[in-house]
Amino acid sequence: MTNLLQTILVLVLVLNLFALGTSRILSLIRTVALQGALLGLLPLLLHGQHSLATVLTVGPTLALKGLAIPYMMVRAMRDVKIKREVEPLVGFQPSVILGALATVFALLFAGQLPLAAAHVDTLIVPTAIATVLTGFILLTTRFKALTQVVGYLVLENGIFIFGMLLVEAMPLVVELGVLLDLFVAIFVICIIVNQINRAFSSLDTRHLVSLKE
Amino acid sequence: MIHLIIHLAVLLILPPLLLGVIVKTKAWFAGRVGAPLLQPYYDIFKLMRRSLVLSTTTTWIFRAAPLVTVSTALLAGLLIPIGGGGAPLTFAGDLIFFAYLFGLARFFTASAALDTGSAFEGMGAAREVTFACLSEPALFFALLVLAKVSGSLSLTGMLLGTTGAGAAHATAPLVLISIGLFIVLLAETCRIPVDDPTTHLELTMIHEAMVLDHSGPLFGLILYGAAVKLLVLGTVLLRVVAPFTFGRAWLDWPLYLVEILGLAAVIGVVESIMARLQMRHVPYLLVGALLFCGFGFILLIR
Repeated sequence: MTNLLQTILVLVLVLNLFALGTSRILSLIRTVALQGALLGLLPLLLHGQHSLATVLTVGPTLALKGLAIPYMMVRAMRDVKIKREVEPLVGFQPSVILGALATVFALLFAGQLPLAAAHVDTLIVPTAIATVLTGFILLTTRFKALTQVVGYLVLENGIFIFGMLLVEAMPLVVELGVLLDLFVAIFVICIIVNQINRAFSSLDTRHLVSLKE
Repeated sequence: MIHLIIHLAVLLILPPLLLGVIVKTKAWFAGRVGAPLLQPYYDIFKLMRRSLVLSTTTTWIFRAAPLVTVSTALLAGLLIPIGGGGAPLTFAGDLIFFAYLFGLARFFTASAALDTGSAFEGMGAAREVTFACLSEPALFFALLVLAKVSGSLSLTGMLLGTTGAGAAHATAPLVLISIGLFIVLLAETCRIPVDDPTTHLELTMIHEAMVLDHSGPLFGLILYGAAVKLLVLGTVLLRVVAPFTFGRAWLDWPLYLVEILGLAAVIGVVESIMARLQMRHVPYLLVGALLFCGFGFILLIR
């Protein structure tokens, strides 16, 4: 069980780096969908006995993170007819190196934290920190609105991993509420993406500074 | 004794079938019937019967290179455990011997390419050696991780000892080096994201460029050597990814056959769904493999 958990967490780390290195938005969305689907399985692996709460989180998480959200984003991408992130603030190779540095930092930092004995050996906390940092890098260095949405999703994935530590303590309603919020947020953003595209005929969020009242 | 005979038989007979499986998988993806599974055997026999054409500028190195390639690959195959049991040849520190057997083969292939005096083959040799600079450290880091996890310095102990020590802290490094080893496997056996074994387009070739002047039996040996290399590296990868044994020889051998043929099919799938990387992007992939393996090592010793 722990082995499978570690395997999934390592794959999440690898997908982080891949998300930073790819310039095609379609493969970026697919990467995040895969990451979300892998994370959806975490509650099953993390705790020995499956309470109703954990089992009930798995289905909606898989459906939303793995299918619904990526589907909406691919639709939005088709609508606005863009395929690639061009000219990011930090290039793709340097951002992979940044991501690797962030991962190393996360590992070192997590070693210093006073964690519960059950969580010291697993990679949960380092993976969570590294994923959050990856989300930050994506959010801050890319200019296309869609890529920024993906950055936001990666960030949320990181927080989701953190939340896994508390899945027993946290009520099911909170978890599902977060998912619903996320879904609505992505839904709204995908509409906004269309509006930005219509107003500026480009998805570059830097244009938004020229908006006046 | 029986184990040794089966080991030798698998090592000597099976390799070309792997190439056949890869070609068949690619054909299936493309919606073709494809060449028969045994086609690589026919190819090698056909090449063996042909007469030999040697360029007048070449020396003995050119003739020795294919022999060295095949013999080093077979020797490397004797160092690793195939199926459930141990390897026929084993001593402490044989991981270094294992890694440098491939180095020796590469040295001779590159020298033979330079020996022809053709600028084009020299270019192929330069590419091969450049990429080897990156894939070799990755292989070493992977072997280091295995040595650390199993606490053994011989390949048999390393590859068979990872199951018992399957503690939580060893899983993550093992997953990382599996990814790294898979990339190294693709690079070393000249498979698609790195090199295209079917192309004869001059500017994109690495390995094919080096062996253009070899003909007849010498080329047959090179083809066979490449297949053996695929089997050997594939077996190492399989022992890391799926270190299961039943503990009974009559079950372990079929399991191994299924696994290695499955790996060949996976390589075929990778070749079908990926495009060949641009030459200047290949180092990124190999540096990625190096990072994965190195990172696995750091994770293990932290």
